[in-house]
Order: sequence, then C-alpha cells, then structure tokens
Amino acid sequence: MSPEHYLILSAALFTIGAIGVMVRRNSIVVFMCIELMLNAGNLALVTFSRTTGTIDGQIMAFFVMAVAAAEVVIGLAIIMAIYRSRRSASVDDANLLKA
Amino acid sequence: MSEMHIDWAGLSPMIIVFAAAFVGLLFEAVVPKTKRLPVQVALAIAALAAAFIAVAANAGKSATAFSTGETDIGSVVLDGPGLFLQGTIAILALIAVLLLAEQRTTKGGDFVNEAAVVADSAADVAQRREPGATEIFPLALFAVGGMMMFVVSGDLLTMFVALEMLSLPLYLLCGLAKRRRLISQEAALKYFLLGAFASAFFVYGMAMLYGFAGTIDLNGINQAGISSGEPRILLYIGVGMLAVALLFKAAAVPFHMWTPDVYTGAPTPVTALMAGCVKVAAFGGLLRVFNVGLESSAWDWHMILTVIAIATMIGGAFFAVTQRNIKRLLAYSSIANAGYLLIGVIALGDAVGQTMFYLAAYGFTVIAAFAVVSLVRDGDNEATDLSRWAGLGKNSPGTAVIFTILMLALAGIPFTSGFTAKFGLFSAGVEAGEVGLVVVGVISSAILAFPYLRVVVLLWLNEPAPDAPTVNLPSPMAGTVVAAGVAATILLGVAPGFLLDIASQASTYMAN
Repeated sequence: MSPEHYLILSAALFTIGAIGVMVRRNSIVVFMCIELMLNAGNLALVTFSRTTGTIDGQIMAFFVMAVAAAEVVIGLAIIMAIYRSRRSASVDDANLLKA
Repeated sequence: MSEMHIDWAGLSPMIIVFAAAFVGLLFEAVVPKTKRLPVQVALAIAALAAAFIAVAANAGKSATAFSTGETDIGSVVLDGPGLFLQGTIAILALIAVLLLAEQRTTKGGDFVNEAAVVADSAADVAQRREPGATEIFPLALFAVGGMMMFVVSGDLLTMFVALEMLSLPLYLLCGLAKRRRLISQEAALKYFLLGAFASAFFVYGMAMLYGFAGTIDLNGINQAGISSGEPRILLYIGVGMLAVALLFKAAAVPFHMWTPDVYTGAPTPVTALMAGCVKVAAFGGLLRVFNVGLESSAWDWHMILTVIAIATMIGGAFFAVTQRNIKRLLAYSSIANAGYLLIGVIALGDAVGQTMFYLAAYGFTVIAAFAVVSLVRDGDNEATDLSRWAGLGKNSPGTAVIFTILMLALAGIPFTSGFTAKFGLFSAGVEAGEVGLVVVGVISSAILAFPYLRVVVLLWLNEPAPDAPTVNLPSPMAGTVVAAGVAATILLGVAPGFLLDIASQASTYMAN
C-alpha cells in the first residue's frame, strides 16, 4: 500500500473522532472519540516518518501515547467524581453553568 | 558523535519548579496534616522566587539549551522573549500562589479536603470545616513549570508535552472547590473535554507540519515554508489545526466557549492563575510559533488570523456588556483582551516587545481583580452577582477604591498600566501596517469600557442593600496579592519605561 492510503485512513479516523465528540452525549464516549483523534494523529506521524525518511515521527508517536495515558488518568478521575455525585455521565446533564 | 552539551544554568528555572513540585508531593506523604499548609506554601513561594532569580541570571542569553558539538538542538530555546515570559510567569505565579494559600476568607480556605467524597453528601458537609487539601500547591507548581517550558520550546513536540504539562494539573485544580462543588466539577469536565479535544488538533497539526517539513523544529518548518517540495495543503491543514489548539488556550473566538463557564466554576484563586499565567503562556507559544516557525508563510495565515482577531475583540466586548456576574464579566474581558493581543501576534517582529509588556501588565491587574472578587462574600460564598456589589463604596470604601482602580486599568484609562499597554500595542500594530485591526481594537475598547464603568457606578452611586455582602479582612496572603497587583497597575501606568525597556531589549527571537 502506498502511504496515501494510511493518510486517508488517518484523516477518516480523525473525522470520525471529531464528529463523535460533537454528537455523542456520554462523557466517556466523548473521551474515547478524543483518544481516536489522538491515535489518528499517531498514524499520520508514523506514515510521515516513512515518507520523509526520518525517525522523528515514530518517536513522537510514543510521546503522544504517553501523554494520552496521563490524560486518561486525569479525565477518568474527573468523570468518576461527577458520576458519583450526579449518577450520570451525560454532558447534557452538566448544565449548572448556563448563563 | 560528539558529546552532548547541556546548558544547566539555562534550564535551572524549570528544574527548580519541577523539583519543588516533586518535593511537594513527598511532603504530602511525610509531613503531618496540620503542618502541611505552611510547609507547602513556603516551598512553593521559595521555588517560584528562586526560579525568577534564575531567569534573571540568564538575562541576555540567546542560545539553545542542548547542543552536540557545533550543532544546536532546538528543543529548548533560551532567547529574549522566552526568558522575559518565563520571568513574567514566575512572578505572576508567585502572586497567584499566595491567593491559593488564603485561609481567612472562609474557614479552611477555598479548596475541598477530600475530593473523592461525593459532593453535597453528609460526609461532604462535615468536611467543610476541615482545612483544604494541600496537594494544590504541587499541582500548581507542575502547571507553572509546564507554562515556563511552553514559552521556550523550540520544536512542536516539546511544545505539545509542555502544553499537556500545564493543562492537566489545571483541569484538576478547577474541580477542587469546597463550596458549590457540583459547579466546580462541571467546570473541570468542560475544560478537560474541550482541552483534550484541542490537544488532539495540536497532534494532528503537528503531524501535518512534520509531513510538510520533514522536521518539527520551528526553524526547520520556517525554512520548509520557502523550500519544501511537499504539497502546500499539508502546511495549510497543519497551521490551521495548530492554531485551533493554541487559540483555544488563549481563549479566542470561536474557541472561547469554555472560558466564561470555567472561570465562573473554578475556585477563584485558580481562575486568577488561569487568567494571569495561562494567558501569558498561551500567547508566548503563539508568538513563538508564528514569529519563528511560520513567518515565511505569513501570507497564508494572515487573513484567517485577522478574521479571528476581529471576531475576538468584538465578540468579547459585546458579550461582556450583557453580563450580570462579575466573574463572567472578567472572563469575557479576558476574551476581548486576547483579541488585542492577537494584533501583536499578527503584526509579528516589532510588536513582540509591546505584546509581552501588555501580557505582564494585564496579568498583574487581572490577578488583583480576582483577588478582590474572592474577598467580597455572602456568608461563606462569594457574592459574584453584580447586583450584590451595589453600594460597596459606602460599606467598604477601601475595597471599592481598589476595585475602581483595577476596573479603570482594564478600561484603559490614562495613568494606569491598561492605558500604557494598550497604547504601546496599538501603536506597534499601526507601525506594522495593521491599521484596520487597530481601529477595530479601539472600537472594541470603547465598548468594553462600558461594563467596567457600570461596575464603578454600581460601587459608588447605588445604595447598598440591607443584607449587603461583607468584605472579609484579608490575611497577609490575599492582602499582598491585592497590594502587589494594584501597585504594579499604577507603577506601570505612571512609569512604564523600566519594564518597556526590558521588554523591547528582549524582543528578538534567536535566529538560526
């Protein structure tokens, strides 16, 4: 397969993730969609590592994975705290701040 | 392979802050609970003061922190703008940390003791008498360290790691309020989901620019803007997505939606930290990316950034007019100010010094303003509704005078830092040929002056309600914050020359 196919796949994954963030209401699912977007970025990084003939892209993908893992820890802690007080993880129920 | 040379002195400000954050975590484990607060506060203050001194000791430097033999490795670039903004962040964070430590406004401080206890349960009501968690100080130090790394990062990967380093602790800090915990947690959730969304855009934009340039070094991307043979669409997508992520942190329209909610929901000391320091860091990143990395492709992004700047200035000012809550008003004013600062980003080169001066001046004023907001209380809660502030000048003239000065500074009245900063920034914009943007900026400032002056009228000319909120006498902590903020606001308005000189001397990025 040529690198373009990987880039098209990565763009498709990123778009699916971005649409998911906007249309899904459960904060866990929204968060999973964000992870999908990050992984789409990883796929693009690795593909470009191949096309440009440099190793940087693969190393960056590792950094992105590590940062994403840290983000999961923080995110799930916040979502857990909200779920325990409200018995709901829907982003629509979190509406106390409407002006 | 020649040996790696590391400039330890240049890295020392960041090393000090991160080391203190780790030591702070250790203190959480070994120091008894009753003694933790003074220890943590002293550690945080000492670390930030030492970091500021270390930045000052590096003044005038223009080099990369890492190099092998003769080759520079551009991941951390210690140059004028980077060091100036590092110093600004350190000093503003030093002030904001004092506000985090304030305990007298409400018993035990503004932060929850055990964040894991279910909000508004019986156990939660019981723990309101307990002193707040002291983990907030290491968290704040990690965030500040991330900000200091963000403004000196010379490649996109370092910038991404620094961006996450500054964001993740802030997401947590937003959710740690003791009172109104549901709102605070909601603010944390919103900030987190939108912030993570924005950082996904950063990663994808970074990948696109890497594909375009074959490197993530900002200088290399600038070179590639002239010479790369890759399709130019990669550059456009990359710049666009990178800009989304950075403008999100800077709170520019249309990426501003989180700002009013998070500023309102987060504990006020954390809001002060965000409004002061994160703004500096975000614009430090924007200035570096556009001045160093994307200068050669300025024609490609100039138009879209101009549209965003105009939308931010006008949108922020118009929404500020309709606000009834003082924290939301300050949030929209922070959005409008992001628009003015974008003029400095678009103007490139010569405007960097004025933009940095504006950031420092605005940071002092806004931190002091949020400090005053945290002092005006209805019982244990903050009286954030503007109608409750009516006639404050009759009951607490001192607080009202201070808040009036801060409001006038934000409105840009002469003899305050707001005027000198705006004047300098707008004239730099005119010199760079951005006359249209500056005209919009002046109109927006005029609109924005209205809500500020309405607050002043409310303070002095209205009769106080019989159950008017009380102003808690600040301890030396919050007192110092307010005093330092007001002193800087007046000093930079009357005698701005000193800091302006430093800023303009420090305004050149390291050339490759």
